[in-house]
Amino acid sequence: MGLVFGVAVLMLVFLGQDWEDALFWILAAVMLGAALLVVTMRDIIRCGLAMIVSFGALAGIYVLIGAPLIGAAQVIVYIGAISVLILFAIMLTQTKDAPARLVFQTQSGAAVIAAIVIAIVIALSVVATDWAPSVARVAVNTREMAALLFREYVLPFEVVSVLLLAAVIGGVFLAKREPGGPS
Amino acid sequence: MSDSLDAYLILAGLLFAIGSFGFLARRNAISMLMSIELMLNAVNLSIIAFGAFIPELAARGAIIALMVMAVAAAEATVGLAIVIAIYRNKKTPLVDEYDAMRQ
Repeated sequence: MGLVFGVAVLMLVFLGQDWEDALFWILAAVMLGAALLVVTMRDIIRCGLAMIVSFGALAGIYVLIGAPLIGAAQVIVYIGAISVLILFAIMLTQTKDAPARLVFQTQSGAAVIAAIVIAIVIALSVVATDWAPSVARVAVNTREMAALLFREYVLPFEVVSVLLLAAVIGGVFLAKREPGGPS
Repeated sequence: MSDSLDAYLILAGLLFAIGSFGFLARRNAISMLMSIELMLNAVNLSIIAFGAFIPELAARGAIIALMVMAVAAAEATVGLAIVIAIYRNKKTPLVDEYDAMRQ
């Protein structure tokens, strides 16, 4: 963490870059570092906490890119709801010997190669494509977005709400104990 | 650097690769679900980045990202309920010990 801020200060002072670039680098480094900790740490509760850090840095990137509403939704939905749900599930499924045993599958070497190949292919295809982006970055106009969401996209919005209701009912049904079944 | 679409897309690609590694390599079922959340976040980041740099997509990209978040919440709910239900029967969260259909 200190290294990240040191590099950012170095960039600001010596390389003459502006605040947005420095913030982008800090948030990107925190996000990727926390994501690496999520997939490599042994203690799964710490993995869950690192995931919260990663989501928070991603919310900062959303604010930086000009979508503060999405950043707020990221904090509310991911940090507030999904992370807490995952932490509850971790605490319900902990066994005493689970952290002491092997963390990765036996074929994790192949998984490393596959992940590196995915990263390289995505990076190459992003660099090789001419996206023709606009000159100025545009921020999301929340009023325009709300009008679009509740007029043109009102049917998907309602379908998603029904989906969430079905997921809640299904989750309760799957996770509840059957009377007389195994405890 | 923060003004180029490429930087955000490569960042999203790296996050997606980390998530796919976690999904393929971890033994714990909840770790795999966390890796899926990382991958969904990477997709969301790329959608928001496209929206921020292509003016016609700005509001639509944000709407799609909100929908992805809602579906991710539903997926996490059902996935964790399934993991808890399996844990109640098998007494382990490790996926390579779920071999009832292999025998």
